[in-house]
Amino acid sequence: MLKSFHIAIKDLRTEFRTKQMLNSMIVFSLIVIVIFGISFSDVAGDMEVIEQLAPGILWISFAFVATIGISRSFSDEIKNRCIDGLRMCPVDTGAIYTGKMLSTIMLLFIVEMLVIPLFSVMFNYTIQGVPELVLIIFLGTAGIVCVGLLLSAITINSRSGELLLPVLLFPLIIPVIIPAVISTGKILAGGSISDIIDELRLLGVYVIIFYVISRILFEYTIQE
Amino acid sequence: MNSIVSVKGLHKTFGGRPVLSNINMEVSSGEFVVIFGPNGAGKTTLIKTIATLTQPTKGIVSIEGREAHKHSVDVRRSIGLVSHDTFLYDSLTAEENLLFYGRMFGVDEELLKNRVNQLISDSGLDMRMRDRVATFSKGMKQRLSIARALIHSPCVLLLDEPYSGLDPEATEIFNNFVIRDKDIRVKIMASHNIENGFKLCTRAVIVQNGKIVFNRQKSDIGDAEDFELIYREILGF
Amino acid sequence: MSYMKSNIQRILLPLMLLSMIGLIAMVFYYSPSMYDDAGQLLDKSFNIFFIHLPIAIVSYISFMIVFISSILYLSTSCKKWDHLAVSAAEVGVLFAFLVLATGSIWARAAWGWYWVWEPRLTTSLVLFLVYIAYLTVRQSIDESDKSARLSAIFGIVGFISVPLSFLSIRLWRSVHPVMFGDTFYGTAGGGLEGTSIIITLLISFAAFLLLFAGILLYRYEIEQMKDEIYDLKSDLEMT
Repeated sequence: MLKSFHIAIKDLRTEFRTKQMLNSMIVFSLIVIVIFGISFSDVAGDMEVIEQLAPGILWISFAFVATIGISRSFSDEIKNRCIDGLRMCPVDTGAIYTGKMLSTIMLLFIVEMLVIPLFSVMFNYTIQGVPELVLIIFLGTAGIVCVGLLLSAITINSRSGELLLPVLLFPLIIPVIIPAVISTGKILAGGSISDIIDELRLLGVYVIIFYVISRILFEYTIQE
Repeated sequence: MNSIVSVKGLHKTFGGRPVLSNINMEVSSGEFVVIFGPNGAGKTTLIKTIATLTQPTKGIVSIEGREAHKHSVDVRRSIGLVSHDTFLYDSLTAEENLLFYGRMFGVDEELLKNRVNQLISDSGLDMRMRDRVATFSKGMKQRLSIARALIHSPCVLLLDEPYSGLDPEATEIFNNFVIRDKDIRVKIMASHNIENGFKLCTRAVIVQNGKIVFNRQKSDIGDAEDFELIYREILGF
Repeated sequence: MSYMKSNIQRILLPLMLLSMIGLIAMVFYYSPSMYDDAGQLLDKSFNIFFIHLPIAIVSYISFMIVFISSILYLSTSCKKWDHLAVSAAEVGVLFAFLVLATGSIWARAAWGWYWVWEPRLTTSLVLFLVYIAYLTVRQSIDESDKSARLSAIFGIVGFISVPLSFLSIRLWRSVHPVMFGDTFYGTAGGGLEGTSIIITLLISFAAFLLLFAGILLYRYEIEQMKDEIYDLKSDLEMT
């Protein structure tokens, strides 16, 4: 576990130094929000309509940003074959997976926390229930990342590379996106945590199941 | 016998194609075995299999008496691997790279600082230790890569074509660095540079089409020119 | 081995044809008219149900096969499991497409819409997409070992995601009003218990299972032959 943290810290240090991924993720999410803002500019200010649109807009931008983050998560390890260097360390591959997962979740979470106020400003919309929202976003991101990283490890071996990732990822994260969108909608409409228990439970189950399975299967993606 | 690395009946196939067939090798303490052979002979696969990175199709590799592929996590503590890929993170500094790998090997924090400083000065990178690896030359990266492989004081050092892309001067610095470390009990290197490889080795092995076709102590061979003749004769050119 | 196989095939083909003809005859001449809850006579389009349901079950079976043989491939790395997985996936995608197609045709006739965002339909669509993605993985990796291993991984996670998809879609739809009430499937009170319906369904199920087994067997053989050719070629190269 400690070693997973070392890997995560190493990843975050690298990322904050180069800011390659952070920059493109932030700019990209800004653009997504702006495009939605333009296409829905007629209804901006109409609280009820925005409330209907908000969950979808937010999670579309999160899902897009996640594909960027996830598709690049192994690029540092592939360069100079650092992944082999990690495999030469006395840790099991599950710990490597956990480490990469922690750092990817952190990065995405940072970007998502920037998207929320941005959305609020662009759509003149006051967001309520922020703590619940943060919880939903965290669980949703964890769900997307825990299966996404495994798929990313698959796609780095393929001819089409990162292009393939969304094709594989989106069908599999439907069970994350749906409860996340529903619960976000409920919270924005003024619901409380007890209204979204079912959704949170499903998200939690998804995270646990796919974390366990991906951790086991990750070994097979990097073996030769 | 008291062999440190022992390879028994090793087979490896990729997609039905045999890459290694029936490799047997015993390496005892103090030996520096250099594996020669043309491209595609299976040198890299052999090194990677000994390093536990590649699963053998059949056969057993033991390091210090432990079956390498059964206890791979444990066995990796005794192995250092230098490959033609450096395994270094470009956007971290030399020091950070070594610290990271040291922590991954669970080296004690107190000892680690000293170990890192010592390895960095051994590799002659004192002045650059706080620079990002991306700014290093190929030779410097390769030296740092050795330092990386030695961070946990392994007793087996595996080198896979560490000379690709090095100029003669860098090769010389690199050689000194490899030879100097006395903690290492066994060194195994894959190389197609006959002159330099033969200079370093205590035993020469030639691999062709995945089989060991020659395996003799350096003292039984003669000088480098004799060996080159043998090499050409065996490979038929 | 190949003698055995040709024997199976010799029996399988006529059986398949017979059961198909039997099925069509039964659907049109044997199966009774269906009534819904209110005792209203259901449209003749209900007959497609006898094809729709067995196809759906067969497509689930084929993805189950992909899942199991993927696990077996990863644990044994024996090529034949990979061949079985790819064959079952391809045939499964075909059946999954037919499920969507027959479902849409039926939906259009019964309710006037081709598509409804209803849990079972949506899950079928997700299933179809997952296995399209599975075939994409296979196609985009050149080395055969790697492609087999990585698609096996996807075969496993893909299969596990499907029940979770179903759960989430059900959760989603339950927040919206039910659009068509109880008569959604028309079968609720229609007397599925009727023996003639059960017999028709069983025959139909047998027919599609045989069809599935037949295609799977041929597809599997093609994979085996591909492998044999590859082996022969590399043997030639060696000598």
